[in-house]
Amino acid sequence: MTEQAAAPLMTEQAATPTLDAQGVSKHFGAVIALKDASLRVGPGEIVALMGANGAGKSTFVKILTGALRADAGHVRIRGRNSAVTSPATARRSGLVPVYQEPSLIPDLDVADNLRLSLTPVEPFGHWVAELGIPDLRLSDRINRLPLATLRIIDLARALAAEPDVLLLDEMTAALPTDLVQRVLAVVRQQADAGRSVIYISHRFTEIAGICDRASVLRDGVTVGDLQIVPGIEERIVELMLGTASAVVAGGRRAGATAAPAGPPRLRVRELQAGNRLSNVSFTLRTGEVLGVVALEGQGQDELFDVLAGARPALSGQIELDGTPVRFDHPADAIAAGVTLVPGDRAQALLMPRSVRENIALPMLAPLRNWGAIAMRDEASRVAAAIDRLQIDTRAQGEVRRLSGGNQQKVTIARWIAQGVQTLLLFDPTRGIDIRTKRQIYALVRDLADQGAAVLYYTSELAEVALACDRAIVIFGGRVVDVIEAGAADEPTLLRAAYGLTEAPTAGAGP
Amino acid sequence: MRRALARNSWTLGLAGLLAALLVATKIIQPNFGVSGLDSLARAALPFALATLGMAVVVIAGGIDLSLAAMMAVTSVTAAVLMQGASDGQALAVVILVLMLGAAMGALNGALIVVTRVPDIVVTLSMLFVWQGVALLILYAPGGAAAPWLRALIVGGVSLPGLPGGLTAWLPKGVVVLLACLAVVWLPIHRSRLGLRFYAIGSHPLAAFRSGVPVGRTRIAAYAVCGLFAALGGLSVTLSTGIGEPIPGPYLMASVAAVVLGGVVLGGGRGGLIGPILAVFVLRLVRMDLTLMAVDPNVTTIVEGTIMVVVVMFGAVLAARGRRQ
Repeated sequence: MTEQAAAPLMTEQAATPTLDAQGVSKHFGAVIALKDASLRVGPGEIVALMGANGAGKSTFVKILTGALRADAGHVRIRGRNSAVTSPATARRSGLVPVYQEPSLIPDLDVADNLRLSLTPVEPFGHWVAELGIPDLRLSDRINRLPLATLRIIDLARALAAEPDVLLLDEMTAALPTDLVQRVLAVVRQQADAGRSVIYISHRFTEIAGICDRASVLRDGVTVGDLQIVPGIEERIVELMLGTASAVVAGGRRAGATAAPAGPPRLRVRELQAGNRLSNVSFTLRTGEVLGVVALEGQGQDELFDVLAGARPALSGQIELDGTPVRFDHPADAIAAGVTLVPGDRAQALLMPRSVRENIALPMLAPLRNWGAIAMRDEASRVAAAIDRLQIDTRAQGEVRRLSGGNQQKVTIARWIAQGVQTLLLFDPTRGIDIRTKRQIYALVRDLADQGAAVLYYTSELAEVALACDRAIVIFGGRVVDVIEAGAADEPTLLRAAYGLTEAPTAGAGP
Repeated sequence: MRRALARNSWTLGLAGLLAALLVATKIIQPNFGVSGLDSLARAALPFALATLGMAVVVIAGGIDLSLAAMMAVTSVTAAVLMQGASDGQALAVVILVLMLGAAMGALNGALIVVTRVPDIVVTLSMLFVWQGVALLILYAPGGAAAPWLRALIVGGVSLPGLPGGLTAWLPKGVVVLLACLAVVWLPIHRSRLGLRFYAIGSHPLAAFRSGVPVGRTRIAAYAVCGLFAALGGLSVTLSTGIGEPIPGPYLMASVAAVVLGGVVLGGGRGGLIGPILAVFVLRLVRMDLTLMAVDPNVTTIVEGTIMVVVVMFGAVLAARGRRQ
């Protein structure tokens, strides 16, 4: 990461902060989401708002942006006690948020979306080009555009409103690396121009790169407000995790300790699918966690879809334990023990149903189960899976009420309850906190140790060294490099992902 | 140009279907002409107005099951008040009835927004309420309609300067319909309100985050629906000359025309021209089958089949378009 060095403009942080929230609390029924949250952002400052899952971060964001009303406490923008009661009034008082999910209307085109939020077109066009999408057409309908483009449109729309306070919630989570760099540069420019930025991200490198301070939430209370200096990461993690930090401190370096992998489980030869995946070959062994690294749109989505039976392959071969297989339907893949945890949790879960039903669903799927559901057996298997993954079950009646990290655990838990052989994980840690991430790394490793084979796509390069044994790098629909976890530092992976290290004989042979 | 064509392909397809049906009608019934068109337009008018109202709420992500009952309330209110009224008073009655319709619709919307009870439940309940209200106002069909108003929708248009033989082909019913569309919908469609209808129908959360007042917009959509229901109720009274307290078959017919007209039931997609064309398509199909002396029970089977086939065909075409 090569952002400009963090230059805290402390001298400019005058007496009146641009945004000043103090003593904010909020409860939902008996559940206390926020007890005493505070945040102070001065002009020209970028402040990271940090907290583990369930710390109350999203509730705090909703209160700051007017989507929820606080029970107590105040939020002042530019010294005024702002009556922020809706996103519209927040916008008028100078705070413009970019939410984690795009807030664009899918059935309208870009121009109509701008009209809807009263965004001037010219500055919007300037920012879109500045952020790296110069060829955007205003007549394109939102639901035809890729996610990364939508994130950029969202950000450009916010910038065009010339906000006093810009709130960015996981802005970079779904962006390819090149766009991330542009976004970070633009955000830093905004701060240098005297604007205030609240920056929410799970990526420490970004926070260290552009933020001046970090405000840490734990269990609904703001527990720390730290200057960003080199080496502050461990202190922040300690604050975020509280006393529990000792248990999870230090991610396991998987590559160093992994047992030698077993016989090949999944062998893919010259696979071609869609118009992106042109020629991919690799071998995944039992007991192995094989990372997949690629920039956005290099064919990794197609690869995972084909392996999960959700999309037909145009050509190529898939062998499972030495026998060629062909999946015409996800049910075929599941029956063969190949299961996908998709990147979008909403695609995997029955949001209004309970944790238990969501986990038990694949067990009930086989058609031969006409009889009554074996409730006791189901309950014990589900309970074991919940226990193993440490899923927070306070809100287990409806999965949609769980935090993102816990939802992700449910999507993995269902396949553990079922007994997993080959697990395809597509960016399983996207947008979840560091404690849950570490739990997921440990879990993936456990599964591999028990003989499962895991294919692990990640958009966060640092994860390869933490979670995988080795990684294949896909670029332009082909495997361009294979890197052992021990050598998989971020610069190496990034160079490979840009296709700069391609060996003459590409491909991951057995 | 090609993009505009692609965007309106559904409407253009329906227009083609309608033209084909008109030709078919002329073949089945060689003396189908000016009077046939006129009676078709008059019969279709209440259906078309009901469909416009339904289309607006469906675009905004809702549904209004009380539509036909609201038409009954406005129909009897107009008939009772117009009995023995002067021309000027009749005009006042029209304005009053339109306001009544908008108010009834706004009440539906407000109940949905405030109580957070699902729209389908609220409007189903209101269906019974408005039915009762209509019968309280007028127990049996009766009342009257001002003759000059009746003349508005009967017969062909006569424009000074154009030969009568030409303008007679344009039924007044169609002109009235287009006028209603232009006066009510065009200003909304051109303003941010129209955009907001599409926004809350497409993705309410994103709309909220974009600064759209979701609750108020929803109430406005139901109010517009009520306004069209009032226009529909008036058209019933004007074409029959009396008020009709029992709701006509307009509810299901309007949902059918909305779907056939290319408006997605989930909200956010479609326009109002398609549903109007769909109304005429469905009326013409029924007329043709009647002319061919087909059993009326078979007629409804054919209508249902056409709907499913057309919607399915459209979905297949759309999927193919995406793949290319």
